[in-house]
Amino acid sequence: MISQIFILSSKGDHLIYKDYHIIMKHFRGEASKDSINVFYEMVTALSGDQTPVVMVHLCSHKDLHFIHVRQGGLYWVASTKTNPSPFTIIEFLNRLAALTKDYCGSLSEKSVRMNFALIYELLDEMVDFGYIQTTSTDILKNFIQTEAVSSKPFSLFDLSNVGLFGAETQQSKVAPSVAASRPIMSSRGEQSGKNEIFVDVIERLSVVIGSKGVLMKSDIQGEIRIKCFLPTSSEMRIGLNEELSIGKSQQKGYSSAVRVDECRFHQAVKLDEFDTFRILKVCPSQGEQTVMQYQLCDELPCAPPFQLFPSVQKDYYIVTSQLLFFTFSCSTALNVSITVPVPKGSVSMSQELSSPDQTAELQPKNKALLWEIPRFPGGAQLSALFKVDVPGLSSASLLEVGPVSMSFELAKQTCSGLQIRFLRLAPTQTGLSQRWVRYVTHSDSYTIRI
Amino acid sequence: MPYFGSEEMVKELKRALSNPNVQADRLRYKNYITKVIRYMTQGLDVSALFMDMVKASATVDIAQKKLVYLYMCTYASDKPDLALLAINTLRKDCADPNPMVRGLALRNMCNFRMPGMTEYIEQPIVAGLRDKASYVRRVAVLGCAKMHSLQPNTDIDGTIVNELYALLRDPDPVVVVNCLRALEEILKDEGGVVINKPIAHHLLNRMKDLDSWAQSEVLTFLLRYRPRSDDELFDILSLLDSFLQSAHAHVAVATLRLFLQLASAHPAVQADALLCTSAPLLATCGAASRELRFAGLCHVQQVMRSQPGLFGTHYKRFFCGYSEPTYIKFRKMEILVELVNDENVALVLEELRSYCTDVSPELAQAAIAAIGRIAQTYSEKCLDILTGLLALKQDHITSAVIQMFRDLVWFCPQSTAAVCQTVEACVDSPQDSEGKQALLWLLGEHGDQISSAPYVMEGYIDGLKTELSSAVKMELLTASVKMFLCRPAETQDMLGRLLHYCIEEESDVCVRDRALLCYRLLQRGVEETRKVVTGPKSDPSMSVLTGRQEEPISQWASTFNTLGPLSGCDLCPQTAVISAADQPSSSAEKELLPESTDVTLSSPDDTEEEISLSLGPPLSHETFEKMWLDLEILQRQTMGFPRPRTALDTLQAALQLVKIQTLAFTPGATVPWKAYIYTRSTGTLILAELLQGDQHAPGIDESLVVSVKQQPVNQHAIRGFVSILKGVLGDVW
Repeated sequence: MISQIFILSSKGDHLIYKDYHIIMKHFRGEASKDSINVFYEMVTALSGDQTPVVMVHLCSHKDLHFIHVRQGGLYWVASTKTNPSPFTIIEFLNRLAALTKDYCGSLSEKSVRMNFALIYELLDEMVDFGYIQTTSTDILKNFIQTEAVSSKPFSLFDLSNVGLFGAETQQSKVAPSVAASRPIMSSRGEQSGKNEIFVDVIERLSVVIGSKGVLMKSDIQGEIRIKCFLPTSSEMRIGLNEELSIGKSQQKGYSSAVRVDECRFHQAVKLDEFDTFRILKVCPSQGEQTVMQYQLCDELPCAPPFQLFPSVQKDYYIVTSQLLFFTFSCSTALNVSITVPVPKGSVSMSQELSSPDQTAELQPKNKALLWEIPRFPGGAQLSALFKVDVPGLSSASLLEVGPVSMSFELAKQTCSGLQIRFLRLAPTQTGLSQRWVRYVTHSDSYTIRI
Repeated sequence: MPYFGSEEMVKELKRALSNPNVQADRLRYKNYITKVIRYMTQGLDVSALFMDMVKASATVDIAQKKLVYLYMCTYASDKPDLALLAINTLRKDCADPNPMVRGLALRNMCNFRMPGMTEYIEQPIVAGLRDKASYVRRVAVLGCAKMHSLQPNTDIDGTIVNELYALLRDPDPVVVVNCLRALEEILKDEGGVVINKPIAHHLLNRMKDLDSWAQSEVLTFLLRYRPRSDDELFDILSLLDSFLQSAHAHVAVATLRLFLQLASAHPAVQADALLCTSAPLLATCGAASRELRFAGLCHVQQVMRSQPGLFGTHYKRFFCGYSEPTYIKFRKMEILVELVNDENVALVLEELRSYCTDVSPELAQAAIAAIGRIAQTYSEKCLDILTGLLALKQDHITSAVIQMFRDLVWFCPQSTAAVCQTVEACVDSPQDSEGKQALLWLLGEHGDQISSAPYVMEGYIDGLKTELSSAVKMELLTASVKMFLCRPAETQDMLGRLLHYCIEEESDVCVRDRALLCYRLLQRGVEETRKVVTGPKSDPSMSVLTGRQEEPISQWASTFNTLGPLSGCDLCPQTAVISAADQPSSSAEKELLPESTDVTLSSPDDTEEEISLSLGPPLSHETFEKMWLDLEILQRQTMGFPRPRTALDTLQAALQLVKIQTLAFTPGATVPWKAYIYTRSTGTLILAELLQGDQHAPGIDESLVVSVKQQPVNQHAIRGFVSILKGVLGDVW
């Protein structure tokens, strides 16, 4: 049972505060607004190794537990005096953040500030007396009266989104990157032309490549997410690759079958045609939802997206030269950043980069050098030469170079090979509706040992 | 945080809200109301505007109504007399044709927390329970709970309780769950809502209609239902089987908890359920939300306490991502250490090795500690890695490695030679007090094998004036005396200087006392000192204690899927109390204590009353280890017969029969053979060690020696315990 829900900015400003158990006056002050400040003091005083997810505030009559998640740079906090399931509370807070994003268009301090009345309204319907009532947009949309105030089209959030889903403009049939970050409930007047539905295949890749280029760990966590702006829901059929096989046991033919280890579906997905035709049937409700989650371990169907050929030499300086090769030819990697750990006490660095748009900088505080490539075309090969000046260099210092970690986004590409063959809306659906299918792969953790 | 000039602000708002021009312009009026709520959220006291807000509640705009209600709920308890004015409007709304308005009004009216509210809300709630619209019924059901919480000490209204039980059959799933929640609150003093067979089966059949939040809540309520027969139990379990694989982690985990509880008599079913849930649990460990990841990891750790092998093949899932926060990395490393086996040890060590140079010193040290723990099983491979790390010459790494060496030598004496060689070659010395203590202990204990030991120690003695930590000084004293015993010629001079400084100039009383003790010991002669100072150099059998044994599932099932595992306080209360009662005594002091006093058992002819042993709550390995180190041996006795010839599980079962719990023992054929056992008796906890073939006590090598420690001391109980133990062992032989 939840006692309070509040949203704080990263600086500790109170954005939303809802108390479901307003306590009678005589012991007020115990668990009322002060607890926000208590929480903020606790969360900012934590050192790195302490666990912030659940914190206990010892009150005079009963301990208050704070459970929080961080989303969009904000603290989403629930406090409780009972001992509930942590999974429920955490997933609820995540859902609250997702709903806020659906209704406000984006998730940021600004959008929460501007739409606080709407968020109060949401909270009012979602939770009563500390008990979760509903979080489904289908039900909520009947009760929500306030309209979202969109933040201006140009904001930092949009900037960070540029290119997320391929801002490549050479191809005309690509949704603008900001298209999906708008409120699901639009003003009644401008409803036409907004009957859009986005189906995103999002994969998170975590890979460890050993020192000799051997793939040591590879792990894909994928999901199919629907963001639906259709006012009324009707059945939609999503066709996946026909040759998709599930589980380790199924025999692999000669063809390059797409395989996932296991998958789980949203409970609203109808699977009667899944076994034979690999078709998911779903009635999407407004807003964002995950219809399928899948994972694939230890076996990448393709080569890992990046290969790094590092060489480290000890001279008067430490010289590391990096040769980075992007194996996918039909995709583009965006926001590639490579972190190379350097020995402690490194003072300065000189660099030779293969193209002008790349940047590299030494961060002595993090004992690392950061090499950034904003855009990396498919099949290309980049090289860089860094000379790092380390006073008191010894042969052991070479041990400190590595492992290299990378983060990147691959647009229009999935590593598992999962594809959406078709997307059909029921014929009863009237009006023009636009359908978009987008693929993106994020690096969850991409580590290359030297 | 109140802003400056807040009073001005309130006054200005008041003026605006009472301005007829503003009131006429709906948009402007609403804007001002929004402003009030904004200030309220920021923590400003805007209760002075209550009157104006009450006026604003009489509107057809539902959005505005909601804002005003939010305001009124917050301040109603401050202004009870004014709040009464709003009740009329609310009661009128409760009869509105629009169910949304009815529900809204009822919900907010019940949220008013002020005395005397009950008489106004009772009638609308009762009407709401029979409303046509499910939305209103949902609100009304929870309203019953709110009404009860307004007057917690009054008698329970039987008609409402009956009505709520009847509403459990409501077609709307949320109403059903709300009924359970409301009944739970109202009947809290009587033990909560009763889940009998019809209700349980009804709920089980409705599971599919519920949304995921309600599902996990109903699963929690079902925990208190006990099926009558095995057939019923398996019917229930097969109904719930599909929920183990739910896409929502909270449902899967709640189902698992129910399985573990219901099937507590069927270990095979429990194991199956755990296997089923391992996939969703692992998926949460890789979830996009790092908080969910953390929760998943904590619960994986819990499961591993009983089923360490369950996640063995998935060890790669617990490799740390480089961008993960430290608290997740710590958990993952803890799990990795537990998952090590012959096949994956090389890969795991390579992975851990790469964390050792992390930019965060805490993380690096934790990684080194993890390697150190693996070293107790795979010492050679780990020693290579640890030695390699010393070459980095970084203070925090060196210190952590030296500490690991100390532990390793203590647990695995076979690695002593290699460690000494490394320490000898290590030019760098640790800078923090923990590391210094570890190094000094190694030098003192194994000074005969480290040729440079006296010179390293001399460096410390010369720098004594700048040393701040008294723990380091005490360790230095002990180590120097030990060193003096094995290499007197090189040590004599500096030991003299050290003692002189510590006795004459040291201001810390503890250090002075320790120095005086050493001095007087030495005065008694070398042999005497040797007898006191040198203890055992290692205790390999203690590593049996640190290696985890499989715990029964029941030990953690009760805290599974609660906040306990996440906040790290899932110790059972019993052990917490015991360790709090422990007297603080440092292990260094214990070294200097004389060997235990041998007490012969008084012959049992004096009329001794029967003593009863009991098992009590189980003791964890960590607690046992801590207590064993902290307590003194109260009694040591030779049993008079040799080592056990029977199978060890027979022995364990025999001990269990007389309520003595076996915690750990070395495998049958090893020498020395040891076993650790414990039991409870009339308010005291007895710990005992059975030992055979102890090289430190020659002469009695063939017979079994039992050493007993106790907390709190009760000689009578010890005598009883020993005679019972003797009886059992005699029977088994």
